[in-house]
Amino acid sequence: MATTAVSVEQKNYINAEYGIRSWLFTTDHKRIALLYLISITAMFFIGGFFALLIRLELLTPAGDLLTADMYNKAFSMHGQVMVFFFLVPSIPATLGNFLIPMMIGAKDLAFPRINLLSWYIYIAAACLYLWCIATGGVDTGWTFYTPFSSQFSNSHVVEAALAIFIAGFSSILTGLNFVVTVHRMRAPGMTWSRLPLFVWSHYATSIIMLLGTPVIAITLVLVALERALNLGIFDPTRGGDPVLFQHLFWFYSHPAVYIMILPSMAVVSEIVPCFSRKRIFGYTFVAIASIAIAVIGFLVWAHHMFVAGISLYSALVFSFLSYLVAVPSAIKVFNWTATMYKGSVSFSTPMLYALGFIGLFTIGGLTGLFLACLGVDVHVHDTYFVIAHFHYVMVGGAVLGYLGGIHFWWPKISGRMYPESWGRLAAIIVFIGFNLTFFPQFILGYLGMPRRYWDYSHMPEWQGLNVLSTAGASILAVGYLLPMVYMLWSLRYGKPAPDNPWQATGLEWRTASPPPTFNFDETPEVTWEAYEYEKMPLPEEVTLER
Amino acid sequence: MSDSQAIGETPLAIEHESRPELRHHFADVEQQRNAASLGMWWFLGTEIMFFGGMFCGYLVYRRIYFPDFAVASRSLDLIVGTFNTTVLICSSLTVAQAVRAAQLGKRVLQVRMLLLTLVFGLAFLGIKAYEWGNKYKEHHIPTFSDYNVISGEGSLIKGDNAKFLGIDKLRNDPAKLRQREAEIQQRTKIFYSLYFALTGMHAIHMVVGVGIFTVITIMAYQGKFTPEYHTPLEIAGLYWHFVDIVWIYLFPLLYLIDRRPGA
Repeated sequence: MATTAVSVEQKNYINAEYGIRSWLFTTDHKRIALLYLISITAMFFIGGFFALLIRLELLTPAGDLLTADMYNKAFSMHGQVMVFFFLVPSIPATLGNFLIPMMIGAKDLAFPRINLLSWYIYIAAACLYLWCIATGGVDTGWTFYTPFSSQFSNSHVVEAALAIFIAGFSSILTGLNFVVTVHRMRAPGMTWSRLPLFVWSHYATSIIMLLGTPVIAITLVLVALERALNLGIFDPTRGGDPVLFQHLFWFYSHPAVYIMILPSMAVVSEIVPCFSRKRIFGYTFVAIASIAIAVIGFLVWAHHMFVAGISLYSALVFSFLSYLVAVPSAIKVFNWTATMYKGSVSFSTPMLYALGFIGLFTIGGLTGLFLACLGVDVHVHDTYFVIAHFHYVMVGGAVLGYLGGIHFWWPKISGRMYPESWGRLAAIIVFIGFNLTFFPQFILGYLGMPRRYWDYSHMPEWQGLNVLSTAGASILAVGYLLPMVYMLWSLRYGKPAPDNPWQATGLEWRTASPPPTFNFDETPEVTWEAYEYEKMPLPEEVTLER
Repeated sequence: MSDSQAIGETPLAIEHESRPELRHHFADVEQQRNAASLGMWWFLGTEIMFFGGMFCGYLVYRRIYFPDFAVASRSLDLIVGTFNTTVLICSSLTVAQAVRAAQLGKRVLQVRMLLLTLVFGLAFLGIKAYEWGNKYKEHHIPTFSDYNVISGEGSLIKGDNAKFLGIDKLRNDPAKLRQREAEIQQRTKIFYSLYFALTGMHAIHMVVGVGIFTVITIMAYQGKFTPEYHTPLEIAGLYWHFVDIVWIYLFPLLYLIDRRPGA
């Protein structure tokens, strides 16, 4: 009797230890995930601030709010912060870090200390980048194209390149940890064909991180060396080849797009079956499609360079391969749709985000095919059409998946429920704001508005669509701030979460919310396939609604 | 709870108590060893891509500027380079011997082999520094304003090289000669930029390797490695062999482009 009194408050990973040191020196993958969550949210708002500057400047045709130089810096730093400090680590370093060991029934990732090291490397890189911003910033675009970046730019290119070089190692270490964990740490009975698709997708992401990131690392080192030591490797006036830089840059940076989108697909593959109360349609195909995207994704990079003077024959091949990578992406979209078909679909917040993802990613993906087509690409290259296309994938896809995932696993992470009606409202605001921001940009791009222009007073008829876009961006900002507020609110006032509020099938739902430090009291033994929703009861709320 | 679970857990608990190197989140030593080794192999995969970017740049320029690259390559010291390659191969041999000694439980042999590895590693770095110093004396460092391969003691367009580059045919056309000389000056600069970037990056990896092996040697001296457990030595060895293999590719690519006399 005396022993039961001790365990009134259940020990979990949050209250296991107290104090700032217990967080800064933790090797618990769940705590490291939270450290990442806080840091990338901060970087997201910095990147968002630059986006705000861009949209405010484009509200009027004249270049009036910013100077031309400041505008160049605003879009460059918006891109670099969002890509390298938010999107690349977003889902893998937070949700992936938190969930992968739990989903496969392990106590932790294979290398917990390396996991912590990767966060410190990320922080070092972020600090260096913030210092670069504070001392004047960088104006090369997120792409660092030579010879502008290596010879002509007067901004802090070396600092920015080094910051991104360092951030790359954090991403390599995360990928390394995931691959080894998935290979070596699975619980007894957790075979490859029983892995949740979340894990498959992160496995594919990790392979890209491991094989792509080192190439951008060495490329940025060469740019920094060229700039600092005045070499001529990428300078055409001295026998160097700037197109070689573009090849090396896009060899990473196109697969990096899949680093950003595959984890979102991972999240959607978990949410859709859960809120349709059905097994995922075509498990094997969705799993293999992730690997196929990772592999083919490495073979399409030169479609960014169709107008950079590459040979017509290589352009044809890259165009064809770019069409090919659409096949596994389409397989996923069709399979999610087929999963919902005749399912008991309920429109909870995570599902709203997942549905938003499917629709917006489809638009983003299909407009990607326009750009993979040689003739169309010549017309819309470097216009707002391209901007709209990749924001449909990066924001409509990656960010919506991220928000959906945060909502879906928030009960597990925090032990509290978020307010459902606020959640649905925010999801709808994000969806409306997003479309209002970026759909007009497709039209602007088709009409010929070039990207990176700060003054369009020669074409005042573009103003209407730009005003729509800026208005949409303000709505989108509200949609981002709302979850911040009610998530923090729910930490204190939210309803305590049950272990499995959605009646989902994953192993992570078969332990406490929040989980104990070593995830499971006993190592689970898996004897079932993923997504056996036919054997799960309906969650409480859904039962009430009927 | 039930009997079967109690029986299932006992050997694990015993293994965790009797093997201090076994970390809490692994089920057994075998799983821990496999994870470490797979991790290092994947890390080496990333290293291949890291060097791969530079190798790719090197191969592009070597193809389009072949004669200039070949001439610049001839200025590297073949004898010193070959000797250094031998030193590095010997260091890999001693690493392999150290691992074998650990497997057999011979601690003294293990420490000796590791010390030899450190000596070979440092010797390689010393010889490399000497070679870089020679390049400095010959004014072959691309970033310096006195970079010069056209005249002076570091001239690369003398004798056989002049014929190879087609310079000798331009003697009676000063304008074309000057233009070709300026080209050679720039293109060899790209060679040397890549030479220093590649060998520099390799040397940084060597310095890291020497650091790692200093720690490994101390651990070996303290008797931390047994025939059952020497994973750190094994995976550090993998890293060392990898850095060695990078050099095995660098040496022919940089030193042996075209060494035929008078070709």
